[in-house]
Amino acid sequence: MPQPRTLFQKIWDSHVVHKNDDGTCVLYIDRHLVHEVTSPQAFEGLRMASRKVRRPDATLAVADHNVPTSDRSKGISDPESRLQIETLTKNCNEFGITLFDMNDKRQGIVHVVGPEQGLTQPGMTIVCGDSHTSTHGAFGALAFGIGTSEVEHVLATQTLLQKPAKNMRITVDGTLGAGVTAKDVVLAIIGTIGTAGGTGYVVEFAGSVIRDLSMEGRMTVCNMTIEGGARAGLIAPDETTFEYIKGRPYAPQGDDFEKAVSYWKNLASDDGATYDKEVTLKAADIAPQVTWGTSPEDALPITASVPDPANTNDPARKAAMERALSYMGLAAGQKLTDVKIDKVFIGSCTNGRIEDMRAVATIAKGRKVAEGVYAMIVPGSGLVKAQAEQEGLDKIFIEAGFDWREPGCSMCLAMNADRLEPGERCAATSNRNFEGRQGKGGRTHLMSPAMAAAAAVTGRLADVRELS
Amino acid sequence: MQKFTTLKSIAAPLDMINVDTDMIIPKQFLKTIQRTGLGKFLLNDLRYNDDGSEKPDFVLNKPEYRSANILVAGDNFGCGSSREHAPWALLDFGIRCVIAPSFADIFYNNCFKNGILPIALPKDQVDALMDKAKEGREIAVDLSDQTVRAGNDVVFSFEIDPFRQHCLLNGLDDIGITMAQAAEIDGFEAQQSSLQPWLYAKK
Ligand code: SF4
Repeated sequence: MPQPRTLFQKIWDSHVVHKNDDGTCVLYIDRHLVHEVTSPQAFEGLRMASRKVRRPDATLAVADHNVPTSDRSKGISDPESRLQIETLTKNCNEFGITLFDMNDKRQGIVHVVGPEQGLTQPGMTIVCGDSHTSTHGAFGALAFGIGTSEVEHVLATQTLLQKPAKNMRITVDGTLGAGVTAKDVVLAIIGTIGTAGGTGYVVEFAGSVIRDLSMEGRMTVCNMTIEGGARAGLIAPDETTFEYIKGRPYAPQGDDFEKAVSYWKNLASDDGATYDKEVTLKAADIAPQVTWGTSPEDALPITASVPDPANTNDPARKAAMERALSYMGLAAGQKLTDVKIDKVFIGSCTNGRIEDMRAVATIAKGRKVAEGVYAMIVPGSGLVKAQAEQEGLDKIFIEAGFDWREPGCSMCLAMNADRLEPGERCAATSNRNFEGRQGKGGRTHLMSPAMAAAAAVTGRLADVRELS
Repeated sequence: MQKFTTLKSIAAPLDMINVDTDMIIPKQFLKTIQRTGLGKFLLNDLRYNDDGSEKPDFVLNKPEYRSANILVAGDNFGCGSSREHAPWALLDFGIRCVIAPSFADIFYNNCFKNGILPIALPKDQVDALMDKAKEGREIAVDLSDQTVRAGNDVVFSFEIDPFRQHCLLNGLDDIGITMAQAAEIDGFEAQQSSLQPWLYAKK
């Protein structure tokens, strides 16, 4: 009997091109996604060394971080953003890479586009110069973010130099309560393991809760694996996965699809495979979550109150909490549901997919965005936008007073014109609440799309269960 | 890439945990298409007031630390985004070595690609070095014998992956190393395309 292996070990083993004596491997990369922010210096490096892109056919580029989410017909007014996007176009032309540019219907956030196009498939290795590449792990692909030097390495060689990570399994069993979504699950996980809890690990998510999630929900969970410090999250592929992929433009077609499915079915971790670390959570213990601080691990059930730094013994943690409370303008002991908000951001590669749009519409329908609150919805891609409009969701949003915008990263990181002003407080469905992330001095509370919609219509952090 | 062998310098103490890459280099500086010139924006929001003037209390603005080549920081340094702009900004400022109890994976990796040595040490040892840094004492790092020294009394040894150590000591570009293995990559592709032809289907 061969040694039982985990999903991670199987993907790893099937991609090792060469192993050095010290264990460093040349790892083959099946798909490479490229965006405008982390690629210019990599292409420049290729040019300087007179190198080519080894597999343009395995590479897809999309402009997402800098694009305006308002009318694009007049181009981009910010000269630096424009230059970065023009540089991407120029590089893709020069090196023969397919690009979904700003005016392409398929354009969107790179981690929404890859799966939507069927480019993301089980058993693959996928990289992108972006930490949220972990998203693609939802399909049982080993997917992780890399830096620009590594982008250049992959462009030139279609490989990366890597050492195998340790393997952790996080099991969530039971049934989620009403109003509790994939986002709440992953925030609860990060709240449990901490933002460095996964450092050095690839995390496999398992258990009945994960099995029961849709592909969209699984992507939300894997997306935020990086917020728990792990570079990659993985979920074993199953019928839900195959069903999602089937028929998409870049998916295997015809006979190839059947062949691929039989290969994919063997990827799941073997019985008896072991992990370096195991963590378990019970679904029943997870309530709708919000973050109160400036680290994604600062997540609490919406029913809780702002914690008191005086209750912690670790001086570094205490200092970080005090700093977070002062930055966030919150007082210890304040009820989270009493915290008023100014803005709402619904979108990002965590929660900018069609299901997220539907979840927001469910809460928004027949309600109005609270007085004094500005709420924006930024679909994750042009195709998500089109689908939502086909389902009539846009009418519900607009009727309720939401601003319905063009796809892109938008206020997730505020590289375009969408941003918070100093002191403004935002209910956001994105993945990072770092200081200044959504605009200098801006205050971000992370939560699920339904919770963000509840915040929009009540004007404060709200428990979505009281609205449904 | 610049070699790293030994380094002796004043070390700037940045006594904070979870210093994320958004903090190290905020997004408005990611619009550059170059690698250089980011040093003046390193830790921008901690370093400057809204009107662009310096915050005199911030460590990198203090005269004694302006030319520091070493940074000593708290747990989970470099967490967050994959932006290599973070090590580029550190390098452009003059930082060649960061010492912390732990680093986020992608940042840690990115450092080596840019000739920066990240050193992870147990927390009590980092605390000791933090104290030395705060006293304005020099810290000496030797990559070949894997030691960090502050004066005669404080000597710690650190772990490093042998391949990374070799590349850093010799300033090697790993793309070149991998390209020399092109025949093996060709062989891998030939085998993979026969087993999983859909990975090579032209769209
Ligand atoms: S949506 Fe946000 S987290 Fe996702 S890729 Fe864009 S900037 Fe990064």
